[in-house]
Amino acid sequence: MSITLRDINPGESCRVIRANFKGELHKRIMEMGITPGSVIEVERFAPLGDPMELKIKGYHLSLRKSEAACIEVERV
Amino acid sequence: MKEKLVVALAGNPNSGKTTIFNNLTGARQHVGNYPGVTVERKEGSLKYMGVEMQVVDLPGTYSLTAYSAEEVVARNFIIDDKPDVVVDIIDASNLERNLYLAVQLMELNVPLVFVFNMSDMAKARGLEFDLKKLRQFFGVPIVTAVGSKNQGMNEILDKVIDVAMESSPQKHGQVDYGKEVSGELDIIAGMIEKSGETRYDPRWAALKLLEDDKDIKSQFLSPELDAQLKKSSDRIESLTGEIPETAIAGARYGFISGACQEAVRSTIEVRHTLSDSIDTVVANRVLGIPIFLGLMYLVFQLTFTIGDPFMGWIEEFFGWLGGVVDGFWPEGSESLLRSLLVDGIIGGVGGVIVFLPNILLLFLAIAVLEDSGYMARVAFIMDKLMHKIGLHGKSFIPLLIGFGCSVPAIMATRTLENRRDRLITMLVAPMMSCGARLPIYALIIPAFFPQSLNAPMLWIIYVIGIVVAIISAKALGATILKGESVPFVMELPPYRMPTVKGVLTHMWERGWLYLKKAGTIILGISIVLWAMTTFPRPSEEVKAGFESQRQAVEASNMPAEEKDDFIIDIDNAESEQALQNSIAGRVGMFIEPALKPLGFDWKIGTALIGAFAAKEVFVAQMGIVYSVGEADEESDTLRAKLEENYSPLIGFCIMLFCLLSAPCMATFAITRRESGSIKWAFFQLIGMTVIAYILTFIVFQAGTLLQIGVKL
Repeated sequence: MSITLRDINPGESCRVIRANFKGELHKRIMEMGITPGSVIEVERFAPLGDPMELKIKGYHLSLRKSEAACIEVERV
Repeated sequence: MKEKLVVALAGNPNSGKTTIFNNLTGARQHVGNYPGVTVERKEGSLKYMGVEMQVVDLPGTYSLTAYSAEEVVARNFIIDDKPDVVVDIIDASNLERNLYLAVQLMELNVPLVFVFNMSDMAKARGLEFDLKKLRQFFGVPIVTAVGSKNQGMNEILDKVIDVAMESSPQKHGQVDYGKEVSGELDIIAGMIEKSGETRYDPRWAALKLLEDDKDIKSQFLSPELDAQLKKSSDRIESLTGEIPETAIAGARYGFISGACQEAVRSTIEVRHTLSDSIDTVVANRVLGIPIFLGLMYLVFQLTFTIGDPFMGWIEEFFGWLGGVVDGFWPEGSESLLRSLLVDGIIGGVGGVIVFLPNILLLFLAIAVLEDSGYMARVAFIMDKLMHKIGLHGKSFIPLLIGFGCSVPAIMATRTLENRRDRLITMLVAPMMSCGARLPIYALIIPAFFPQSLNAPMLWIIYVIGIVVAIISAKALGATILKGESVPFVMELPPYRMPTVKGVLTHMWERGWLYLKKAGTIILGISIVLWAMTTFPRPSEEVKAGFESQRQAVEASNMPAEEKDDFIIDIDNAESEQALQNSIAGRVGMFIEPALKPLGFDWKIGTALIGAFAAKEVFVAQMGIVYSVGEADEESDTLRAKLEENYSPLIGFCIMLFCLLSAPCMATFAITRRESGSIKWAFFQLIGMTVIAYILTFIVFQAGTLLQIGVKL
C-alpha cells in the first residue's frame, strides 16, 4: 500500500512517484512542478485544517487534502 | 526594421511583470478587454533610442495550455499577432517554475528576450547565475533587472532592439522529449503538415495535441488524426509508463533542471526566508484567523471612515452643480430640460459617483493586500469554509467587499481564474447587504420597532442576506453552473513590499473602469427612470387647481408662518399627485395586485421602482409618495406616516424585499460588463427578485396567519 502526499506531516519531505488526476487538473499539477521524481516538503496546514502548504522547486504551493490524496509519494 | 516594434511581455503571475510594464511605459497606457473574454488587455507605448515601441502586457500565466482564458489569450496573441519580440519576465528567485513558461515560449519559435527579474532577491538567497552558460543553453539573450527599483529597464530595451534587428531567427535550445514521444510527435506533425496547416507550426501543434489541449484539438477535427492521437498516447503510455501530459511536462522540467544544475549555484543555504517567518505567524493555526479578521476589520473601517468626508464633498458638489444649473431657469420654472438635467442626470449620475471615494479606497486596500502577497493567504485560510459552499478561497474577498458596495465586489471577482466560481460569486455578491441599503433600514427599523430591538433587527437582516447567498451559491453550483469541482492549486508567493506606484496604478485602473463603463449605462438608466417618474405630466387643470389653492392661501389673512406651512403641504400634495400620475406611479398601481400578497401597496411599489436607480432612493421616493417633501432616513415625519399606514410586519417585509430584490442599476451594469453577457445580468436581476418575492410572501403570509407584528 503506497502512501500519498496527504499522509505526510508538516516538516517532512517526500518524493513524487505519480499523480493520478484527470484532464486539465492533471496538466496543471504537472505544470506547477509536481512531476514524478520531484521533492515536496510539507510546510503546514491552513488554520481550519485544509488546504495544505507545500514547498516544491523552491516555491510555495497550496493544495487541498483531497487533491494531495491523489499524489502517490515516498518518504525521503 | 519596422517603424514601430510590437513587444509582448509574458511571464508568470507574481513575476513582477506588471511593475516592469509600468516602468517601461509610464502613464502612456491603455486598458481594455480582449474581444469576447473578460481578460484585461493592457498596452502602452514608448520611444527608446529613436525607436517607437508598442508594449503589450500579456496576462500572467504559468503555462501556455488552454487551462484558462488568460493562457489562451496570451498564446493566441503571440501566434496570431506575431509580436516582433516577446520578453519573458522571469522571477530569478523562483527560477525553475518560471522557466517552464520560458521553455514553452521557446517552443513557439518566436524572437525572445529573458529578463531575470528580482535578481536582488535571488542574490540575497545565495543564488548565482552563469548567464553565459544559460544563454547558450536556451539560445536566448538574458538580461538581469530589479523591477521594483527600476533597474535594468534600458538594458531590456537595448536587448529588444538587438533582437528585433537580427536577420536570422534565434536558435533555441530543444527539449529532449525522449525517442518514444519524439517519434509520435513526428508522425502527428507530418499529418498536420499534409493537411496544409498555416496558422500553427506543425510540430508545436502536434505537441499540444499530445498534451490534450482542448483549444487546439477543437481546431484539428479529423477522424484520422483522432485515431492517430489515441494510438500515439497509448504507445507512449505503454513505453514510458506515463500519460503523454506527464511525460511532456517531465521532459520540460528535466531540461530546466539540467540547465540549472550546470549554470545556477547556491552559495549559501537559506532554509528560512523572511517570508517564511511571516507565514509562520500569519498562517499559523491559532493566530491565522484572528489576524485575518483583524485585518479585514481594519480595511473596512479605514475604507468607510476615510471615505465619508469625500463622499460628503461629492454630494455637496453635485448639490451645488444642481443649484447652478437650476439657476439658469427662473424660479418655479416648469422647464423639462431643467428637470432632466437637474433631477435626472445630475441627480442620477451624482448618486453613483458618490461611491467613488469608497470604491477607490477599497481598491487601494485590495491592491496593498494583493501586491504584498497577503491575498493568497486569505484564500488559503478561508478556502475550507468557501469550499463547503462550493466556492474557492478566493471568493471570500469579493463577498466581503459586497457589504460595502456590490460594484467593487463584482469587479474584485477578477481574481478568480475559474469562470464558474467567478460567475457564482458575482451573482450572489449583491445579497451581501451593501451600504446603500442601510438608509432604508435606518428609516424603517426605528419607525416600527422599539429601541431594544433595533440592533437585533439590523443583525437579522444582514444574516438573512448571508444565508440566502450561501444557499443560492450552493444551488447555482449544483444546477445551472454545475462544473467539475474546482481544484485549489494556488501559489503562495513570497511577501513583498508593495510599491506606491504599483498600488496607485492598480487602484486607478479599476476606479477608472468603474467610472467609465458603469457611467455610460448609469447615465442611460437615470434618464429612463427620470422619464418614468416625470411623464406623463399632470394636466393643466390639475396644475391650475393646485395653483389656485396656493393663491387662496396667499390671499388669506393667516400669519406668514402658517401660510408657508400650507404652501408646503400643497406643494407636497402636488408632487404626490404628479408621481401618482407618472408612468412609475401607474406601474406601481398596476403591479399593486402582485404586491398585495407581500403586504405592499402602490406607494411602496413606486418607491421600489426608484430603488433600482440606487437602493437608497427608496427613502426619497417614499417621502414623495407620502407628501412629506424631501425626506431622508432621519425623517420623523415620514416615520410617523409609515407607522400610521403599515404594520411592523410590513416594515420588516419592506426591508427583506429591498435586501434581496433586484440589485441597483450600477450592479446590473457591472454584472453585464464583468460576466461578458447581459444574460447573466438579467438572470441576477430576475433571480434575486423572484427569491425576494417568494421569501417576502412567505414571511408576510405566515406573519399574518400567526398574528405576528400585525397590530396597526
